[in-house]
Amino acid sequence: MKEKHEERLVALAGNPNCGKSTLFNAITGARQHVSNYPGITVEKKEGYYSLNGQQFRLVDLPGTYSLTAYSPEELVARDLLVQDRPEVVVNIVDASNLERNLYLTTQFLELGIPVVVALNMMDVAASRGIEIDVDKLAQRLGLPVIATVARSGKGKDLLLQTVANFAASHSNWAPIRISYGSDVDLALDSMEREILTAQFLTDRYPARWTGLKYLEADEPIMNQGRQCNPQVATRLEEMANRLTEHMQKTLDSYPEAIIADHRYGFIAALLKDGVVGRSQGIDRLYLSDRIDRVATNRFFGPLLMLAILYAVYQVTFEYSEIPVRWLETGFAWLSSLMERLLPPGPLKSLVISGIIAGAGGVLGFVPLIILMFLAIAVLEDSGYLSRVAYMLDRVFRTFGLHGSSVMAYIVSGGIAGGCAVPGVMATRTLRSSRERLATLLTAPFMNCGAKLPVFAMLIAAFFPAKRALVMFLLTLFSWCAALLLAKLIRSTILRGPSTPFLLELPPYRLPTFKGLFIHTWERTWQYIQKAGTTILAISVLLWALMNYPSLPEDQKHAFDMERQSITTSLPEELRETVIIDRNGAQLSAQIAEAQRQIREVDHAEALNALKHSFAGRLGIALERLSRWCGFDWRINIALVGGFAAKEVIISALGTAYSLGKTEADKSTSLSQRMASDPQWSPLSAFALIAFIMLYAPCFATVACIIKESGSWKWGIFSMVFNSTVAFMAAALIYQGGRWLGIGT
Amino acid sequence: MAKKTILLRHMAEGQAGLIYQVKAQGELGRRIRDMGLVPGTRIQVQGRAPLKDPVAIRTRDFTLTLRNNEADLIHVEVECGE
Repeated sequence: MKEKHEERLVALAGNPNCGKSTLFNAITGARQHVSNYPGITVEKKEGYYSLNGQQFRLVDLPGTYSLTAYSPEELVARDLLVQDRPEVVVNIVDASNLERNLYLTTQFLELGIPVVVALNMMDVAASRGIEIDVDKLAQRLGLPVIATVARSGKGKDLLLQTVANFAASHSNWAPIRISYGSDVDLALDSMEREILTAQFLTDRYPARWTGLKYLEADEPIMNQGRQCNPQVATRLEEMANRLTEHMQKTLDSYPEAIIADHRYGFIAALLKDGVVGRSQGIDRLYLSDRIDRVATNRFFGPLLMLAILYAVYQVTFEYSEIPVRWLETGFAWLSSLMERLLPPGPLKSLVISGIIAGAGGVLGFVPLIILMFLAIAVLEDSGYLSRVAYMLDRVFRTFGLHGSSVMAYIVSGGIAGGCAVPGVMATRTLRSSRERLATLLTAPFMNCGAKLPVFAMLIAAFFPAKRALVMFLLTLFSWCAALLLAKLIRSTILRGPSTPFLLELPPYRLPTFKGLFIHTWERTWQYIQKAGTTILAISVLLWALMNYPSLPEDQKHAFDMERQSITTSLPEELRETVIIDRNGAQLSAQIAEAQRQIREVDHAEALNALKHSFAGRLGIALERLSRWCGFDWRINIALVGGFAAKEVIISALGTAYSLGKTEADKSTSLSQRMASDPQWSPLSAFALIAFIMLYAPCFATVACIIKESGSWKWGIFSMVFNSTVAFMAAALIYQGGRWLGIGT
Repeated sequence: MAKKTILLRHMAEGQAGLIYQVKAQGELGRRIRDMGLVPGTRIQVQGRAPLKDPVAIRTRDFTLTLRNNEADLIHVEVECGE
């Protein structure tokens, strides 16, 4: 017997869309914890509840249709069941979709793990005229079956009570023996004998189940077998091969197909003779089908989809504007506080430009992320996201992506002005790994909100007559680039056939507030925790790059002297005013002129300091390469700064073009300055735009790519690959244009 | 009434039939079977996406969508006639 105070493990399993997370939330409430299974992107959700003074740990297994080993979700679910051996598996079964849901249940029965069935969505089933005899079903399955409605919490208490009782009385695994037809049964019997005599993997799996997996050609199990006992493994493989050959010859089929057929036969037998009653015809049109008549209609479907995606974009970016501004104001206030409190010097600069700016960069995204996740949760929980994938799959598949990729693209800036950070995180709705990786690697090519001011400034300077048109063309350009590069990635490093589509269109459902809240909060918190630390560290590093080494003392001194000489050239009584009130509004022309001169000296010093720093040296060193694109070292520094955040490009250009911060904010002065610079032409401006659109994502995005892909490799890849693509595109534009004599 | 076997891709909207054979192997085959598309199962074509691919079918009380190249591997027995 277990000790009373010991924590007891219960697993929650079921098909996608069966109401599993709703039930999980109803049971555990806020007492839950989300993490990732190591090395893969499958979310691991755990929660706690107590009953009769006992503490239970509830693990929410990923939603799967079966327990095979093709997807990481299925493998994770199976490994957890076998390794952690939960006392009970609560198998949630959608009562309105019983047959297919019982397929997973059948596989639990084969494994023999103690199962309690939660027959969920009884209300939906009833509304569809499906009546289920719960007692009869329990009797046939040989398992406790509890009717539940997860949304209202109905049946929850009885379920938990049953789980506690069942765990106490069923501590052993008791696999059932399903007949898979005489051929398979015969082979399975001899395999079982072989396995039992050799004690082959029997510490982990039931003998017959191992045999079954050999017949299903289950790679992970076969690998374990080879390691455990190569001789027995070879014999089992031979037996499986013999049966496969035999079945191909006689039935034109495979053991795993025959096994699946018999599982469904087993289910059909379970459900006959009055377990399921239907009061209306099967072909009755459900409400969902009626909605789909319009929502996926050839003509209205795409229109409605455009409207909804545009609304998501609007909600995310419009409504986040105000809280983002609050945060900005808050951080500005904090900066000015530190400005006053700290003595001048490197510490002050580190706190203000490194830490506060870095933390601001992280937290500034939070309102955006909350709203984006909320919008996605609404689309996902309501079932609409599946329809989007269904309608757009044909387009995206051409480029090696998946219908669901559209969400990530839109949020990243597919409608100009998004943000790649939530965009990369939005790829979580994609279940197929190659497509997901290709999507999250190409989403940053979209024109995010931080690139827009840079584009706006350059367009104002060089294409003033056709601003809207150019902006629109840039959006098209970024879509083409993202899709074509996705195709390139999918046909080279992520080559491979597309993952089977087979997408279920779940019935439309009204999302619950609790579900939306929990989904949104847990994902946002993950972002703040994990991405936050990385981004903060890197923004401090970038600060150091742009500030060190600082100017040698003699140069600093020379600038001080220059400022002093400007001040001393003024009449005695005005000197104080110049130094103290440097931003005064109404001053005499003489003072204003002196201040302008001092500012120019300040800018010159800032420029020299930047040139002297590591970042500046890098910019100068990069000139050798960037000449091909028509960029000089000043642009290079701005682009290096753009790694931290694309917004930095404008302010760094401001510094590089000797403009004060206040003036650079009005991008007109910067664009005038650049337009009148002989070194600049529409052609080089266009090359710069192309480069900024395509080059390495900002660090916040890279941190997210690393987190979402589960590997540093892809973060580094995105920086190198994107920058290479950007360089080639910009060089092609610049050199090609010069050769053709366009826009020079 | 006479029966004939056609590919799921060639079924008309609203047409129903019984699955005769699933030719898919490996991962795709397993996915198709996991979704309950095994011989003898009744399916009905619900509709097609705006670009005519994927196809949506109703089977076992739920709606499933699959790409045309996946539907090509599923042979369905339908009733003859118009």
